[in-house]
Order: sequence, then C-alpha cells, then structure tokens
Amino acid sequence: MTRMPPWADAVIVPLISLLIAFLVSGLVILAIGEDPVRAMTVMVKGALGSSYGWGHTLYYATNFVFTGLAVAIAFHAGFFNIGGEGQALLGGLGVALVLLFIPWPHWSLALIGATAGAAVFGAAWAAIPAWLRAKRGSHEVITTIMFNFIASSLLVYILVHVLRPQGSQDPASPRFPAEVKLPRLGALMDSIGIPFSKSAPANITLFLAIAACVLVWFILWHTRLGYQIRALGKKEKAAVYAGISPVRITMYAMLMSGALAGLMAVNSTMGEANRLINGAAEGAGFIGIAVALMGRSHPLGVALAALLFGFLYQGGGELSLETSIPRDLVVVIQALVILFTGALDNMVRWPVQRLFAAAKGGK
Amino acid sequence: MTLMHKFLGATAALALSAGVAAAEPALIYDLGGKFDKSFNEAAFNGAQKWVKEAGATYKELEMQSAAQRVQFARRMAESGANPIVVMGFQNEETLKEVAPDYPDTSFVLIDAVVDLPNVRSVIFAEQEGSYLVGMLGAMASKSGTISFVGGMDIPLITAFACGYAQGAKAVNPDAKVIVNYTGDTPAAWNDPVKGGEIAKAQMSQGSDVIFAAAGGTGLGVLQAAADGGVLSIGVDSNQNHLHPGKVLTSMLKLVDNAVYQAFKDGPGLKPGVVKMDLAAGGVGYALDDNNKDLISDDMKAKVEAAKADIIAGKIMVHDYRTDSTCPAF
Repeated sequence: MTRMPPWADAVIVPLISLLIAFLVSGLVILAIGEDPVRAMTVMVKGALGSSYGWGHTLYYATNFVFTGLAVAIAFHAGFFNIGGEGQALLGGLGVALVLLFIPWPHWSLALIGATAGAAVFGAAWAAIPAWLRAKRGSHEVITTIMFNFIASSLLVYILVHVLRPQGSQDPASPRFPAEVKLPRLGALMDSIGIPFSKSAPANITLFLAIAACVLVWFILWHTRLGYQIRALGKKEKAAVYAGISPVRITMYAMLMSGALAGLMAVNSTMGEANRLINGAAEGAGFIGIAVALMGRSHPLGVALAALLFGFLYQGGGELSLETSIPRDLVVVIQALVILFTGALDNMVRWPVQRLFAAAKGGK
Repeated sequence: MTLMHKFLGATAALALSAGVAAAEPALIYDLGGKFDKSFNEAAFNGAQKWVKEAGATYKELEMQSAAQRVQFARRMAESGANPIVVMGFQNEETLKEVAPDYPDTSFVLIDAVVDLPNVRSVIFAEQEGSYLVGMLGAMASKSGTISFVGGMDIPLITAFACGYAQGAKAVNPDAKVIVNYTGDTPAAWNDPVKGGEIAKAQMSQGSDVIFAAAGGTGLGVLQAAADGGVLSIGVDSNQNHLHPGKVLTSMLKLVDNAVYQAFKDGPGLKPGVVKMDLAAGGVGYALDDNNKDLISDDMKAKVEAAKADIIAGKIMVHDYRTDSTCPAF
C-alpha cells in the first residue's frame, strides 16, 4: 500500500473536503432562491475584508482554539471530552469571581489572576468525570455531557440568586472594574502604528491562545507526560506494561483538557462581555469537537480549523446582516463543513490516495 | 426585501448626510430567534401588522451569539434605520453602550429600562395579568391545586409565577400553587416534550389548571393538559384557539402592540418609560368564543372587579422583580 506524502494528507484532503462542503452549501443557498456567489462574497468580505471583520473572526477563533485544544488533548489520551461547554461555563465563573472580589491594580496582573481562575475552575469541573473514568470506568462521554447540564443549572442559580445586582433583570454579574478591561487588538495594533478597528472584540487573549497552542504542542511531543498521554491513548495495555499509570495520566489529561476549555472564558467573559452573562459559552465547547476533529488534534491544525470556524461565525453574522438569508443557514454550512471534513473524510482520502498511487506507479 | 436591503444599504449614508428623515424602522430579535412562538414572534407579528397598514418595509436581524448584540445594534444604527426596536432585557447593557453614540436615532427597548434621551423603554406589568389568570385558575380548579410551568428560573418568569400565585390565593387562600421551571439552557424556551412531561407530573400531584410561561415549551404543556383532561392557561398572545374549550384563558402580554406602536411613531418617537400594565391595556386575560363556556358570569364579574381595583390602585400586585421576594410563595 503506497502512502500519500504527509503534506497531501494534511493539506490537500481537508482543502478538497472544504471545497465540497462549500459547493454543497452553494447548492443549498441556490435552492432557497438566493445567490450563492453573492453570499460567499458577503461572507468573505465581512469576515476577512476589513480589520473590523478580522477583529471579529479572530475573537471567535480565539474561543475555538481553547475549546479545540481541550478536546484535542483529551483525544490524545484516548478520551472524548464533550464537556467543554460546561468547563468553559465554570471557567467563566472563575474569571468573574477573581475579577469581582480581588481589587486588581492593573489589567496585566488581573489577566494572570483570571487565567488561573479560569483554568482552575475548568479543571475542577473536569476532575469529577475524570476521576469517575479513571477509578470507576464510567464513560466520559456520558459523564461530561451530564456535567454540561449541571454547569448550566449551577450558573443560572449563581447568576440569578448570588451575583445579580439587586434590581437588575438580567441574570448576569455586575460589570468588572474598569481597570481590568483587557486591551483590544485595535489598541495594540495602534500602538505599533497599524490602523485596526477599535470596536472589534478581539483582544490580547489571542496571544494567550497562541501560547496555549505552543504549550500543548510542547507538552504532547516534548515531555515525558506528553509521551505517556499519547501512549495511553494509543493502547492502554501497552502503556500499563511500560509502567504508565492509567489513573494518573487520565487525571492529568482530563484536568488539562478542562483547564483549556475554561480558558475560553478569559476571552469571552473578561475580554469581551466584561461581566459574566448567562450562557456565556454559547456552544463553543461543542464547536471545539469539530475543530479538534478537523485539526487532526494537532495544535497547528486546531489553530487553522479555529480560524475557519471563526470565519464561518463572523461571515455568517454578516450574511444575516447583509442579505435575507436566515441565520439557520449558517448552521447548515457549518454542519456541512463538519460532515465533509470529519465524518466523510475517507470519501476524499481514498480517491486522493489512489491518485497518488497511480502517479507513482505511472513513473 | 433583499433588493430593498441592497438599495438602502447603499443609500443610507447619502440619506443621512442629506438629512432626509425617510428611514426604515428596524427590529432586532433576541437570541430565541424570530419564530420562537412567543416573545420574538410577537414582535414579528407587530411588525407585520405595521407593514400591512403602512405598506412599507422594515429591516430585521436575528443574532447567533451574545457577542453580536452590540455589533448588530451598531451596524443597524449605522445603516440609517430609525427607529430601532431591540428585544429583550438582555439588551439593557447593549443600549447603554450603543444609544449614546447615535443621538439622532431613536431606540426602543422591550422588557428593560435604559434612561437615555433617545431610548423608549417598554416594560410590562406581567404580574398584573398573571394575577387575573391566577384568580380564574383558582376559581376553575376543583382540586384546589393549580400549577405553573416557567421556562427558566429568571426574575422575569418568576414575576409571572408570583403574580399567578397571588391571584390564586386572593380567591382561595388555601390554594396550592406548584411552580416548576423547564431548564437552565436556552433550550428551556423551546422544549415542548419536556413541557408536557412537567405538566403530567403536576397533574399527578393534583393540579387541574396549568399556566405555562415558557415560550415554545408551553405548547407541550397545553397539549398535555388537553390530553389529560385538565385546563391550561396560555401566555403572551391569545392561545385559546390552540385547544378550544380546553384552554381556560391566556395571559396577554401585547409585545406586538409595543412594536407596532414604535414603528408607527417613527423616527424621533417619544422617549422615556412606557409602562404596559392593565391600565394601559398592555397585559390582560383573553376571553373569546373558544373559552366562553369555561368562564362563568360569576368568574368574569370577580376578575373584572379585581381588574378595576388594580387599575384604581386598590389592589397592589407585588412585583417579584422589585425585591426578589414573593408574598404568595
């Protein structure tokens, strides 16, 4: 069996899948009586055509990088963490508590505190399913998704009965103090002389996300812990034979996964909303699964896939602003992208593989 | 519609600079989406009523994410739309941020108050309407136990429940009022299956009148009540027709009127707080051919008397939102 060169596997296959997904989306748009070319132009222009668009695309992408990495690191250990949503919600609670009850003198210190708060709360929320998995063998797919609902209920209770300012109708925490407002990308770019939209929500957390990508890559492929995580994920029995403790590694992998999902809140809660709102995770925990699948659980792939989903989110928003295409169609496009890049991956891979084999045989 | 969008998008800047006041009104739905069978859909209906009458068009937007609230409101203001109606209490912060930047644009906020010179805040006295249907429920109940199915445990919905319980206890001080909420995720507003399950659970506890204030979830509650042979109470719009003879009444919250009125008033509409209570006809209970056999003359007389007393200020219905407590729980 001839193999494709790795670059073809990593680049050509996802690109073709993506192309098919967009073609089918175009047909759907055509079927509802709209112009697919115009729709595509609106999406690309709205998401990538201005610094304003980029600012939004990068904001969404930052969320997805964190939740994507969370799912990816669990994948490497052989677990399917679909509790990113709940862990991100708890991360938001961590951020809110740290920012509301500690008087921070400057945003940079507050960022460190909020990062720690988000990571600890996210990890703590993953700890119980992780422990149940490690010690009791309870399947993490069941427990983590159940914990999403518990997280939702807990957050609504805390927002409505504890953090909500008296007299406010909105189940949300008070605003964080002005000192802890993170600088937005617009302000940062401005300081180095590049004009960039100031109203776009992308903020300094973007760099935290990039750092997280590098850190996850380093841990997974350049540390003993990373080796143990990957060994456990490949074959548990072999890992045990090699002296790796599955309980310990399961806990480590899931705690890191939960912490990463929690970090999403630094971007959304601290960087954008500036207060803890109800339902702050907004499905990013689930998008993270698609991002990790598409990115082949590699940090670089996750970053690219997150960017793609950021584009779909922002472009989709523009679509509903500029045309009368309903917002639900954006969900259809996202679903098609996931379908073709994730579920129907082999549909593209096999023909491409055969093509490469034929090309080699022909020489 | 699309053409109109394109056209207006292109000429908006021109129209603004020329000082022309012939702007299109706009409607921004909250996260539930346009067809939520409840709050947002009522706004849509109000807008449609205006379209039919005025023969003009309006712009509308549905958002996907809370991060889009400010973004969409800003973009709508920049496109030259005026007035802009924004749905939902979660947009209180949105308008505090956006409205000061567009002093020449009129904003209308439904369900919350923002004190700015170019914002009209429309709030409803849900507790008063709920009080009346609570009275009707307690009078129609044979078991002395009635119940409430809310969407989410948030102050707005608890205000419905609290008014309902107060009304019931005004008629029958021993009435038992069961209160349940559907869930804690946005799905709670559109989960008719779970609504039906909760209704059945409440029936097994003896409830024979069930009031649903839960958006699309309420349709399942009404269905389960009709199937189980007990009475239900609809919400927001008149839902009596859904199961004729089996829906006792509906608690009316006329969001559609508020939107219609805003569109009709047009740019430069009068700002300030508009309180849509019983006196203003913003809330009430529904009486039509479908439920006329369920509500006796005696019941009607009592409710009308209470209504007059509330309007006159002789009965004060406590609003849960003022102090997060309810005397009837």
